[in-house]
Amino acid sequence: MGDWKAITVPVLSSDSKNIFQYTSAKKVSPSSMNSQVLRLPLPSSKSTHGFFSAFCTEENIEQSVSYLDRELTTLGFPSIYAESKGKELNLISIINCMNELLVLQHKNLRAQEEVEIQHLKLGSDMEHLQNCYAKLKEQLELSKREIVGLQERDRQLQSKNRNLHQLLKNEKDEVQKLQNIISSRATQYNHDMKRKEREYNKLKERLHQLVMNKKDKKIAMEVLNYVGRADGKRGAWRTDKTEARNEEEMYKVLLSDYEQRQKQLLVENAELKKVLQQMKKEIISLLPPQKQKPKERSEDGPVLSDLEEDIGELNKENMWELSCETVREQLTNSIRKQWRMLKNHVEKLDNQVSRVRSGALNEKDVISREDHELETEKLELEIQQCKEMIRTQQQLLQQQLMSPCDDDTTLILQDCYLLEERERLQEEWRLFREQKKNFEKERRSFTEAAIRLGLERKAFEEDRGTWLKQQFLSMSTDCKHSENVTAPSAFLGSSDQDNRLAISTSQRKPHCVLSVPVSPEPCQMSQYITHNSSSAASKTPAGDSKPNQWVERDKEETE
Amino acid sequence: MDFSELFKLSGLLGRFSPDGKCLASCVQFRLVVRDASTLQVLQLYTCLDQIQYIEWSSDSLFILCAMYKRGIVQVWSLEQPDWHCKIDEGSVGLVASCWSPDGRHILNTTEFHLRITVWSLCTKSVSYIKYPKACQQGIAFTKDGRYMAVAERRDCKDFISIFVCSDWQLLRHFDTETQDLFGIEWAPNGCVLAVWDTCLEYKILLYSLDGRLLSTYQAYEWSLGVKSIAWSPSSQFLAIGSYDEKVRILNHVTWKKITEFEHPATIANTKTIVYKEVEKSLSVETERLSFPPTRALASSLFSTQSKYDVSQVPVSLQYIKPVADRANPKMGIGMLAFSPDNCFLATKNDNIPNAVWIWDIQKLKLFVVLEQLCAVQSFQWDPRQPRLAVCTGNSKVYLWSPAGCVAVQVPLEGDFQIVSLSWHASGDSMALLSKDNFCMCYLEREEV
Repeated sequence: MGDWKAITVPVLSSDSKNIFQYTSAKKVSPSSMNSQVLRLPLPSSKSTHGFFSAFCTEENIEQSVSYLDRELTTLGFPSIYAESKGKELNLISIINCMNELLVLQHKNLRAQEEVEIQHLKLGSDMEHLQNCYAKLKEQLELSKREIVGLQERDRQLQSKNRNLHQLLKNEKDEVQKLQNIISSRATQYNHDMKRKEREYNKLKERLHQLVMNKKDKKIAMEVLNYVGRADGKRGAWRTDKTEARNEEEMYKVLLSDYEQRQKQLLVENAELKKVLQQMKKEIISLLPPQKQKPKERSEDGPVLSDLEEDIGELNKENMWELSCETVREQLTNSIRKQWRMLKNHVEKLDNQVSRVRSGALNEKDVISREDHELETEKLELEIQQCKEMIRTQQQLLQQQLMSPCDDDTTLILQDCYLLEERERLQEEWRLFREQKKNFEKERRSFTEAAIRLGLERKAFEEDRGTWLKQQFLSMSTDCKHSENVTAPSAFLGSSDQDNRLAISTSQRKPHCVLSVPVSPEPCQMSQYITHNSSSAASKTPAGDSKPNQWVERDKEETE
Repeated sequence: MDFSELFKLSGLLGRFSPDGKCLASCVQFRLVVRDASTLQVLQLYTCLDQIQYIEWSSDSLFILCAMYKRGIVQVWSLEQPDWHCKIDEGSVGLVASCWSPDGRHILNTTEFHLRITVWSLCTKSVSYIKYPKACQQGIAFTKDGRYMAVAERRDCKDFISIFVCSDWQLLRHFDTETQDLFGIEWAPNGCVLAVWDTCLEYKILLYSLDGRLLSTYQAYEWSLGVKSIAWSPSSQFLAIGSYDEKVRILNHVTWKKITEFEHPATIANTKTIVYKEVEKSLSVETERLSFPPTRALASSLFSTQSKYDVSQVPVSLQYIKPVADRANPKMGIGMLAFSPDNCFLATKNDNIPNAVWIWDIQKLKLFVVLEQLCAVQSFQWDPRQPRLAVCTGNSKVYLWSPAGCVAVQVPLEGDFQIVSLSWHASGDSMALLSKDNFCMCYLEREEV
């Protein structure tokens, strides 16, 4: 049909140039106008003139009318001709067509506006998108660069890691190597040591042989006399029986030790089992029986029966004191279960308490504050009462202290104290005097005793002197009989005296014979006294007097 | 607390008799036996040479005096001072000597550990034990004196022989899995024998009385191993002190480690009590000073009193790192002792030589640390109650008990540096020994 021309949308302008351009284009092929989709700007009034004058002139009125009619009919408008004859124009239809065309024009204009607006919008959107795109591109660039940087770092770290691993491996290898070195050195060292030890052993053996061969007489034990065994028994020979006995004893020792240890372990075990049982009972008592759900009850069912079984079994066990694995396991398992239940229960209670606490906090505070205030009031009252009491007491004390201001009362008081003291002192004086008397008495008795002792001593000395004299005399007469005479010993002298007296003077008065056995004792005593007393009575004057007495007595008796 | 005067002593040879009645001390070649409470000289014996070792027989009737240089052992009787006995080892030489538990046999170890000769005082019999091991603790007697374990070494392997002491019959002979046995020790119940290896190898072996291996324990390899061990009095625990400054405790039921005690230089636990010895300066009034100064005044001026202060935790102790290229370095746990009631364990870390660590065995925790001014020389528990006596080489004796601790200055003139101490069996007195002298310290019942 016609060529499609790329017609740009001309800007609304009243330039006649454009129009002319347009119109020139239009003039080129009027036939092509039919199939052209034209978007025409709203012509201005001026251009309409020009436009109209260009399209329709006086010559081609009919042609243009027919052309218009054709166009309109093709567009769907009714024909502008009055009848199908032509040449007479239907004004009404023309006006209607014009109106329709105007409306169409308006519509088109509106559509065009909308399209333009949309176009603008799209343009701005596109700009926006382009900006976004640019930004994203920038960001992408940045992140790419970051990635590259991070990759670089990662690479560095990995290489570092590899280096460290390598180092670690090297160190481990070195350690292993050193250990190997140590172990090889140790084995070498042991080998060398063993070699040296063998040599040393050979030397020792040689030395031992030499020493034993020498038969050194010096290797000996000198002992004054052999000592008895510590346990008093005699030494026994070493025989097989003793060997067997030793083995037996050794095993007895070991067995007794094991038995003791086993007993200790049994006791410990029994205690621990008791403790576990107690714990179990307490746990059961702690667990509330109502709060258990049916699920738990079903769990408890076997557990309870287990418990009963356990209790029964364990009671039996205590009676038998067996400890088989299954019972032990049962006990521990049941305790574990009970403990878990108890823990859950305690946790639940904790939650409840925390909830309750958070809810009823305020009331408690109020209550406690009131109580607190009451208490403080009470305490304050008490304090006041105590203070008053203290004050009154202080006053009374002061009164008491102040009241004996007059001298009489003080004097009386002082006198009272003095009296007390005096009485005490008097008592003590009395006691002291009594003791003094007692001491005096004792001293007197002692002095008397001493005097008596002195007198007695004198008498004994005299007796001794006479007796010695007598002995001397008897000695000089019977020299042959005197084999065992030892003058100083009192015992031997007396026995001889006895014999001689008995032989020679059987007619002696009894008191003389008696006096002789008596004398050894006092003689002994006199010896003792003379040994111990620092101021020993001199023997010689007594001795002198004694023989005189004795001789006198002899004389008396012989006469 | 009363102190006696100083008496002469040589070679730290001051020993109480097992029945507690007498105290034997050596002065060069004389043996002086004193009454333990009055220190009156009961007997005086003269030996042939300088005495190097003395030991009481178990019934306190005899004392043996060993003179290693001359190879002679002389035995003296307390009942009969005229009785004499001389054992001459002659050319074989003498390295060690000890009594048998029945108090009637003497075990002499000859030079180079050629053999152990068992001389009998009752009969004319002599027994020999061949190939004894040359180690620190080669002979061990059970507490009841029935059995004796001897470490032997034949063909570069270690063996243990168990003898019955009543008739010296060999009961058991078995080999041990040790490289180089270092020591053996019976448990107090006499049923378990602990055997440990040289310090180059951490290994503890536990053998039953009948020779069965009950258990082996090895804490680590290659580093220096066991330095000291101690059995608890009830035989329940075996404490092993090692060169890595730790004590490991094994239990008697499973022979496995139940705990490890560390000895760090900084104590951070707030429940530990740290007693620090501080010197308190004596304030002497100038009016009392006289010229020439009296002896008492002079000694009191120069002797420093010290007391214990409770330090606030954390406390850092003086730590010494020994030279690395020397043998037998001064590091690790060198001293271990259980208290007689089994409640406490006292240890000394040789890296921290000024401190004594006391562990509560019931709670298995560190209880008390005593920090002294000088290096701790020795400590010993009272045989009756949980009371620890410590000496540090000065003239003070330190006592600790759960009630507290006290530092007592020995009020004697002259230089008295206490190097060792020994409790009397009753726990009422103890002997304080220095290089040249000793003195007795009498404690009252209510003290500490």
